[in-house]
Amino acid sequence: MSAVEAPVPVAGGVAIPAQPERSEGAFRQMARRFVKHKMAVVGFVVTSLLILIAIFAPWLSPHSPYAVTAEFSAAPSASHWLGTDQVGRDVLARLIYATRVAVIVGFGTVAIYVTFGTVVGLLSAYLGGWVDMIVMRVTDMFMAFPYMMVILVVVSVLGPTLGTLVLVLALFSWPSIARLVRGSVLTLKQMDYVKAGIALGLSTPRIVFRHILPNALAPIIVNATFGVAAAIMAESGLSFLGMGVQPPTASWGNMLTDAQSISVMTDQPWLWLPPGIMILVTVLAINFVGDGLRDALDPKQ
Amino acid sequence: MLLELKDVKTVFKTEKGEVTSVDGVSLKLGKGETIGIVGESGCGKSVTSLSIMRLLGKNGSIKEGEIRFMDKDLAKLPEAQMRGIRGGDIAMIFQEPMTSLNPVFTIGNQLTEAIRLHTDMKGKAADEYAVEMLKKVGIPRPEAIMKSYPHSLSGGMRQRVMIAMALSCNPKLLIADEPTTALDVTIQAQILNLMKELREETGASILLITHDLGVVAEMADKVVVMYAGQVVEETDVFTLFEKPLHPYTQGLMKSIPHIGSDADETLASIPGAVPPLTNMPKGCRFHTRCAFASEKCLSAAPMLLTVQEGHQVRCWMAQEPEIWKTQEEEAV
Repeated sequence: MSAVEAPVPVAGGVAIPAQPERSEGAFRQMARRFVKHKMAVVGFVVTSLLILIAIFAPWLSPHSPYAVTAEFSAAPSASHWLGTDQVGRDVLARLIYATRVAVIVGFGTVAIYVTFGTVVGLLSAYLGGWVDMIVMRVTDMFMAFPYMMVILVVVSVLGPTLGTLVLVLALFSWPSIARLVRGSVLTLKQMDYVKAGIALGLSTPRIVFRHILPNALAPIIVNATFGVAAAIMAESGLSFLGMGVQPPTASWGNMLTDAQSISVMTDQPWLWLPPGIMILVTVLAINFVGDGLRDALDPKQ
Repeated sequence: MLLELKDVKTVFKTEKGEVTSVDGVSLKLGKGETIGIVGESGCGKSVTSLSIMRLLGKNGSIKEGEIRFMDKDLAKLPEAQMRGIRGGDIAMIFQEPMTSLNPVFTIGNQLTEAIRLHTDMKGKAADEYAVEMLKKVGIPRPEAIMKSYPHSLSGGMRQRVMIAMALSCNPKLLIADEPTTALDVTIQAQILNLMKELREETGASILLITHDLGVVAEMADKVVVMYAGQVVEETDVFTLFEKPLHPYTQGLMKSIPHIGSDADETLASIPGAVPPLTNMPKGCRFHTRCAFASEKCLSAAPMLLTVQEGHQVRCWMAQEPEIWKTQEEEAV
């Protein structure tokens, strides 16, 4: 917590917070510091735009992403702004629809593993003892796995659907957040206000979820933000290898697969440049948001 | 009796084995009374209070004895019932007001949480009651403070909030663990006065833990002096200050400055430190630091015996003054 900016008049040894009447809450303080970070604001705007594109894809898209036209591998033109691919589908439409995949995989994966990892980390640290020991050994095991390989195996066994992809990515991401949360809860549970809460007769779940969790939220939020970018990267990689989202569903990763031949690389840049740029911009934007959040939430700032 | 401790023995499991932190403490506290527990750091006074609240953590446990509170034995009460008593019938104020409030919630938020938990009040009624409590503990503009976060309050204000929180559910017993130690001297007096006023108003009994004899003189009716996990002297506050019998109590008295004492006078101190729990000396636990220790103190541990009505002491010298004199003469 930083000090209050407003001057504090002292009356009879009793400090009274000056105007504004309501002292600045943690959230507003954070927002103020986040806005100072210019790249983070740009990143936030770009990320928001991407989410909007994903939601309104059917209205924004000039064509259906699956409609095959007679023009194969056509260069950008007035009717197809980014040209068509090798089977004659509109690249722009596919690019727009692929945003949905990225958003679903990015945020879906993070939502699942952050929730699970946070609960596991919280309980592990608060309960301690053998629970803690077992949980930590399990996370050690997960972190020691060559996970890309395991993901490839799991996806090929379960079938490469969007759901499997999200679940598998989440399965290998929760241990890091569990450890992060455990670390901060171990510190937080020694705090006087936690002891005061116990002395007030609050139940264990209430103390853990209402008093400890909000104080551990800052590193979780930052980690989750970077997690979104990492999940989108992982999905692109898997789709590129053919183990992720399967055609005809469009994903930036599987759109890049077309660029595997040298002739496409040199002669048809509209096939691989747009998805490549989208991945780059998305991951950069989200990482900037993460940077900004980290600075804004850092109590040392 | 509202609260009665009978031979309470609290132990902690450590790497070096079991250590006894509180060893056979007995005390009685009537309705509306205030009892002060005095002693150096590490003498077991805080553990005594935590034993009453059963907040000993994973490694601590009450091994022997009874803690009678309103016809219940708190030492054996199931945890679920104990939770109802904590914050309800027994409330606690801590030493560190600066860190005892959760930084991410407003004062109002934290205050009403306790009220909603232990009373039937909900929503607006709880809010109004919280404002009333803040007024009671002398906080100006309570409505605005309700919406403030802890970091915008001073230490004295926060301790007032803690007191409001502790008293909001009308506890029968208030445990105050060094309530003024972390505060400025001027604020200390304000907080003590506030506690006295509220005691009159609510009729709550107070168990006051402190190392400050000034606070004891100000607040307490009865005093228990603890040393190395044991009660070494127990009496009412007037007798204690007029005629302390245990050499340890006498030492504590001599270590505080008095008005009228010589400015150049060096204050007396008790040599040495409290012995570690793992390595208690044989015989009287205080003999290593006692100026009057004799042969008997080295070999036999004295019991806590009544030497006068309402005055108990754990010291051979006070219990057997006749024998003592002859021994001293022989030694000379």
